[in-house]
Amino acid sequence: MSAPAAASSPAPATGMAAFVSHFRYVMAENPLTALSFGLFVLIVFCAVFGPSIAPHDPLATDAAVSLQPPSWTHWFGTDQLGRDIFSRVLVATRLDLTVAFVSVVLAFGVGALAGIAAGYFGGWTDRIVGRLVDTIMAFPLFVLAMGIVAALGNTIGNIVLATAIINLPLYARVARAEANIRRNAGFVEAARLSGNSEARILLAQILPNIMPIMMVQMSLTMGYAILNAAGLSFIGLGVQPPTAEWGIMVAEGATFIISGEWWVALFPGLALMIAVFCFNLLGDGLRDLIDPRRRT
Amino acid sequence: MVAVPVLDVRDLSVEFRTRSGVVRALESVSFSVAKGEMIGVVGESGSGKSVTAYALMGILEAAGKVTGGSAMFGGADLLKASESQLQELRGRELSMIFQNPRVALNPIRRVGLQIADVLLRHGNVTRAQAPARAIDMLKAVRIPDPERRARAYPFELSGGMCQRIMIAIALACAPSLLIADEPTTGLDVTTQAAIMDLISELARERGMATVLITHDLGMAAEYCDRIVVMHAGHVVENAPTAELFANPRHPYTAKLIAATPRPESHLDDLVAIGGNLPDLRSASLPPCRFSGRCERALPDCAQPLPRRVVGEAMVACWNPL
Amino acid sequence: MTARAETPLLHVDGLCKFYPVQRDGAFKDAFRPAKAPSFLHAVDGVSFDLFAGETIGLVGESGCGKSTLVRLLTRLIDPSEGNIHLDDEDVGAMPAKGFGGRPQRAKVQMVFQDATDSLNPRYTAAAAIADPLRRLRPELKGAELKARVSELADLTGLPQALLTRFPHQLSGGQKARVGIARAIAVEPKLLILDEPTSALDVSVQVMILRLLEDLKKRLGMSYLFVSHDLHVVHLLCDRVLVMYLGRIVESGPADKVFRNPSHPYTKALVASIPSFEPGVRHTRTPLAGEPRSPIDPDPKVCRFTGRCPIATERCSQEMPTLRRLEDGHEVACHYAELKQAAE
Repeated sequence: MSAPAAASSPAPATGMAAFVSHFRYVMAENPLTALSFGLFVLIVFCAVFGPSIAPHDPLATDAAVSLQPPSWTHWFGTDQLGRDIFSRVLVATRLDLTVAFVSVVLAFGVGALAGIAAGYFGGWTDRIVGRLVDTIMAFPLFVLAMGIVAALGNTIGNIVLATAIINLPLYARVARAEANIRRNAGFVEAARLSGNSEARILLAQILPNIMPIMMVQMSLTMGYAILNAAGLSFIGLGVQPPTAEWGIMVAEGATFIISGEWWVALFPGLALMIAVFCFNLLGDGLRDLIDPRRRT
Repeated sequence: MVAVPVLDVRDLSVEFRTRSGVVRALESVSFSVAKGEMIGVVGESGSGKSVTAYALMGILEAAGKVTGGSAMFGGADLLKASESQLQELRGRELSMIFQNPRVALNPIRRVGLQIADVLLRHGNVTRAQAPARAIDMLKAVRIPDPERRARAYPFELSGGMCQRIMIAIALACAPSLLIADEPTTGLDVTTQAAIMDLISELARERGMATVLITHDLGMAAEYCDRIVVMHAGHVVENAPTAELFANPRHPYTAKLIAATPRPESHLDDLVAIGGNLPDLRSASLPPCRFSGRCERALPDCAQPLPRRVVGEAMVACWNPL
Repeated sequence: MTARAETPLLHVDGLCKFYPVQRDGAFKDAFRPAKAPSFLHAVDGVSFDLFAGETIGLVGESGCGKSTLVRLLTRLIDPSEGNIHLDDEDVGAMPAKGFGGRPQRAKVQMVFQDATDSLNPRYTAAAAIADPLRRLRPELKGAELKARVSELADLTGLPQALLTRFPHQLSGGQKARVGIARAIAVEPKLLILDEPTSALDVSVQVMILRLLEDLKKRLGMSYLFVSHDLHVVHLLCDRVLVMYLGRIVESGPADKVFRNPSHPYTKALVASIPSFEPGVRHTRTPLAGEPRSPIDPDPKVCRFTGRCPIATERCSQEMPTLRRLEDGHEVACHYAELKQAAE
């Protein structure tokens, strides 16, 4: 039972002021969200400014200083070709983030639209979308990604495509469920009475309502997408040396762990872990921020 | 009244902590229910009637806190009882039925079993006896074809039947007090009447005290012996039904009656109650929460509310009608 | 029906809506030859007229077909049989699918029962009210549109400051006003009100009902008022239609129907209204039994048999049709003239 609402509540702030005050509230109530948001800002900063602030050239090799442990000149040490690992990790942020972001946007764009159409119209739309999604999900997703990249060619573009495809079903299913719940809602009927076409109802009435859940999905999927891209690179598909990318760096560093050079694999691995952690936590925080109903 | 009331609530106060402040949802709510009596707690949304019920049952949400008062039931204070003590009472001596029956029933459990659950937990009934007793309860609430219906799931039953099931669950162990929170809202008019007739009859048969929470003044008029009128967390008037309608003493009661459509009224006869509910979070709430909307407000009304007793009626007003 | 000289604003004739239902399919039935499909008779032969300026009340319990009828009349769904004539145009023949694009769309609008459900949670009050204007009055743009929204807020007693709020920031009464403002935005001739005040407190209800009366006169609309609250229907409506299981069982002036209900179902309805005389309870014969199934109903059997206290053999052999009791008052019952002993 909820607390009684005051019938004559004072006008809540609207617009930017409301957003800022709500933002502060969410951050204050939820330290984890604040932390993840801070990390997110840091990651984006690295992605945008990484190449400019990297202390060393990420591609510059120097055999003389290969496999040096972390030191004041090389914060994360150097790899087998003498490249500075810190610079490489920093610069790789941009690549990993971009790949993840583009594939998430693609997965959302296609998946969510197909999903809400399926959930809203039902019938054949639902059947066709459903079978397509089922087909994708019938495969172990990572293997499917491998297959797509292998078949279409070993490029970054294809990694993006493969990651988008394997994440699509999740969006489609969630969107379908949400649209299905709302298809007979009062406001949908009211929209029909107001002369809205079905397409317009889908995009202007239903889609805004499922955005909060989609935002959470997108954030979670960013985590998966980063892992996916890194995973594919780890096994040699997609990104090729000497490009700096977390997955490929972990792969290169894996061989050196046994001989005691732990830093080559650890730091890119840590970067991966922090990024995924950050996006997972961010999802919840984003939902609190965006959904007007959750504002008290 | 010489007999000890079944439930005696005194000065119950409840607060809710919310982001925008402390909401003083209930303040000094007092009333009592005698054995076999049905009282109606009447009020609009925001009056605190449901909060009262939840506080008595000990099921307020986490943000709610009882900040004062007592509720004597069977010699113990419900508000100070521990959770385990309350669990013993709930279902056995003290029962509640809720507004939306379909939501209050377990959707994946057959209704007969849900009744049996209560019997087994509280009713000194063995596993072997429970099914038969459950069917007995179904008969008592006049569900046709009880043996077959006992095996039904809630979604297979109509709203009215689900409500009967809830009544069966509530009354299975013959409690001495039943709290009914808007039990007929959302049901068809004919079903509403049937359900209320049923509750009223069962209460009479078993000598059970009933608290009927409703916004429907007409229903309260028809079934209740006594009516407690609530406004913004206060009890403003408490009187036997006939007297309340013949001679309302509190201005709010009079307005409520005047605003309710009745058999012979015309639209022009109805009077809207002006103003709004006060903001219960406000630190500067006046002692009389109706004074902001009252035409009879006097300077006296800034003083703490009195409790004027006139015969069997009580009115909390400095300037009653 | 008393013959009136002018053409009715709304003329409904033999309106039916049947929904195909799938029988509970056991696996073993999958290989049997297909049986003839079954149909749920949601609305089964409804006919009535509504004249300009009238308020007609529609009462009936859940499952009687009121919502389906309302959806037919607002052209959200298509009829299976029968005609709907609005303002002398056969709107029943215009398919629901493209109806939003037609000029007739603006002529009939609806106020919903649950204002909370009928407002998009992500639209402000202003956006909700502007939506029909944007779609159906595209010539209004920018400042003119804003002005019209403000005007509608004033008309419905909604404070201007609330226009920028979201539904969850509005009270029940305020949401109701937004719903009304939206419905009257395009100046409909026929406004259908589906339990507009059932979720509201009594004090707010009075204001909304007064508002509705006022708007009706000011804007020259006619109302079809669906409600289960018989007092409210009595207050507001000139005439009343009582529906049961898809058919109209009684119709007539509100006063007559409530003071002198003639159909056993109407009698039961009226008897369940609280009397407001403390202690006096109508002696009610509770309606025993469950309603008959609306699936493939036998056209010869009166739908009310099984629950009707005065049903006889004849009621299972001959379906009663609406017949005239007295001026303007029609009943579909063989025994309407019978006075029940209990009254």
